[in-house]
Amino acid sequence: MIVRRVVTGVDERLDTTSFIRRNLRKVFPDHWSFMLGEVALYAFVLLVLTGIFLTFFFVASPEPVVYDGPYEALRGVEVSAAYDSVMRISFEVQAGLVMRQTHHWAALVFMGATIVHMFRVFFTGAFRRPRELSWMLGVLLFFTGIGAGFTGYSLPDDLLSGTGLRIIYSAVVGVPFVGPWAAFLFFGGEFPAPDLLSRIYILHVLLIPLAILGLLGGHLTLVWLQTHTQFRAPGRTEDTVTGTPVWPKFAVKATGLAFVTWAVCALLGGVAQINPVWLYGPFVPYSAPSPAQPDYYVGWLEGLLRIWPAWEFTIFGVTIASTFIPGAVVPGIVTGVLLLWPFIEAWATGDRAWHHFAQRPREAPVRTGIGAGGITFFTILMLAGSNDVLAYFLHIEVDGFNQLLRWSLPIAPVVVGLVTYRIVRDLHERDPQPIRRPQRSRVRRTATGGYEAEHEEMPTSRRAP
Amino acid sequence: MNRPERPVAIALVASIVGALGLFVVYAMGGQPQLEGALLFVALGGLGVALMLWARGLMRSIADETQGRHGPASPSDVESATAAVEEGVDEIRRRRFLSRLLLAAAGALGLAALFPVRSLGGSPGDELATTAWRSGSRLTTIDGNPVSVEDLELESFVTVFPEDAIGSSDAQAVLIRVDPQLLELNDEQLAATVDGYLAYSKLCTHAGCPLGLYLAATHELRCPCHQSTFDVLDGGVPVYGPAARPLPQLPIEVGDDGFLRATGDFTDPVGPSFWNMPS
Repeated sequence: MIVRRVVTGVDERLDTTSFIRRNLRKVFPDHWSFMLGEVALYAFVLLVLTGIFLTFFFVASPEPVVYDGPYEALRGVEVSAAYDSVMRISFEVQAGLVMRQTHHWAALVFMGATIVHMFRVFFTGAFRRPRELSWMLGVLLFFTGIGAGFTGYSLPDDLLSGTGLRIIYSAVVGVPFVGPWAAFLFFGGEFPAPDLLSRIYILHVLLIPLAILGLLGGHLTLVWLQTHTQFRAPGRTEDTVTGTPVWPKFAVKATGLAFVTWAVCALLGGVAQINPVWLYGPFVPYSAPSPAQPDYYVGWLEGLLRIWPAWEFTIFGVTIASTFIPGAVVPGIVTGVLLLWPFIEAWATGDRAWHHFAQRPREAPVRTGIGAGGITFFTILMLAGSNDVLAYFLHIEVDGFNQLLRWSLPIAPVVVGLVTYRIVRDLHERDPQPIRRPQRSRVRRTATGGYEAEHEEMPTSRRAP
Repeated sequence: MNRPERPVAIALVASIVGALGLFVVYAMGGQPQLEGALLFVALGGLGVALMLWARGLMRSIADETQGRHGPASPSDVESATAAVEEGVDEIRRRRFLSRLLLAAAGALGLAALFPVRSLGGSPGDELATTAWRSGSRLTTIDGNPVSVEDLELESFVTVFPEDAIGSSDAQAVLIRVDPQLLELNDEQLAATVDGYLAYSKLCTHAGCPLGLYLAATHELRCPCHQSTFDVLDGGVPVYGPAARPLPQLPIEVGDDGFLRATGDFTDPVGPSFWNMPS
């Protein structure tokens, strides 16, 4: 009754009945791997909600104050107003610590789900025409997410976050020609400038979330308009999409998944301590913590800075700083390749047709090999980003570990890529597609004691529906 | 309640219990671990209930197959292109005005860049200089000037100019070593006094403060990326990603017995930049 009145009322003004009918029946193909992007979306919603709570208490100011809260070890120590407010959120605001830690965990889940979702889309070729733009928006979301995470853990103004900011500042200063200017524009002067915190704050709570919202909106609109890819199955064609209607089945299931995502983040936020800034202490410009580790999704960038050789040279009077190649050039190339991958692949294969079927990784052995090599590349760099901690736990010299990583970086991705390619190609030859119809095999023992198998498909008349 | 409904009901009841538990815990003063666990039950119960509901109780809703949109027909492409072009042509027809319009938009765009300029001043020589002057006393973070008697052999202390205590770019490490061990050239040696020598504390790689002094090998190490500098040999990098020696701070002993600088660092401190004076 009420529904009818609302539908009528809206339609009289906006002419929407056919829109509502069509879109409520819209179908979504069902596969567990299609939920990964959803998890990232729900984590983002949780980030916004917990983040709003935190803004009510956080003070983005470097003004010195003397800490006099309940945390004994820091009482009487001069800290910034920002650090003081984070201490207050953690120890005095009721439910503040759970909110803060859930926020941080949700960020890790957001980035993790984004990354695994990217793997899924990459290895199934779901980025191919006509979904190139969707892929590009996704890659931009990944990098915007790194920005969101980095600015976020820089806000508490603790010793660890200050060190991270200093490294970024130094990398910007080292860019030829524009570096010093860009660093002064962005950081408000030589590090640490007084405006820095309030700038990072507005980036973290307004500009970057707006960017994510815009990219996410575009990404989801494209998914909605272009429909999902789906795996091959009997009765499915390139021109159609088979799946669960949005209303009510898919919507209920998706809402359930959202709550489960939030539940996991809240549990982690409650029981698993993260970013204990009271242990790091407040930022002071003349000290750095050891060991200093960024959040994992920044690890590859940190790793590049750690294992890149000490190359610094001057050409035509221009000094190329030691941070420039590992801190700007390599990440720039990585970004470019990721962003343009759909076009690179289309150019290399000459395949510019429309594809709505997701591939199994074995159907494209070269791409799967390249993907595996890429993951190896990032993994090595992530390990390098923790070289001191890992060397300590493995009881080996940091130097030896660095040499190993340095040599692995160009070699291991190629080896892993080639091995993956071989395995995947053989898998493809044996079993190109999921079994779509009953098969039977005749197994024979040979005179020498080996076995031979002969596969054959069942007669058409007995084919499964 | 029939059997398929039961798990959904159990999950929902668990969720309600979790939420009620949250009220109680909050009212009793709160406890982070318990709050997290109860939120897990309250949110998770709801989530699991909805997922079970969709899976188990909506079996009558079958999968459907719908068409996808394919490439547009040539005539559709034609008419859409024409619609856009008509508008463009209508504006372009006034050739003079449309060019003037572009010029106005460009000028406004340039003008809009000026506020961006306010975000940061010109670097000038700020990156190349620090607060150290000839005569600046070497002062600890507590404000105490360092006298020539203060340091034991192989010990070190972080020092600042007396008028810029806590300054990021002026921070220096003052180390005392046996003068016999030094392997410095004449210029570098002249900048030391009685085995006291001072270097910029900022790593020349990514600008982290050098927190670790390895007395056994006389090396300064950066905790960020493990760049290591040889103190005895003029602060040259011996390991890690840093490529430039640590700038040295020339020091002497004043008449009052306190250590003081005889000028600024020999080179720009911290990370390198493209137009670095060398």
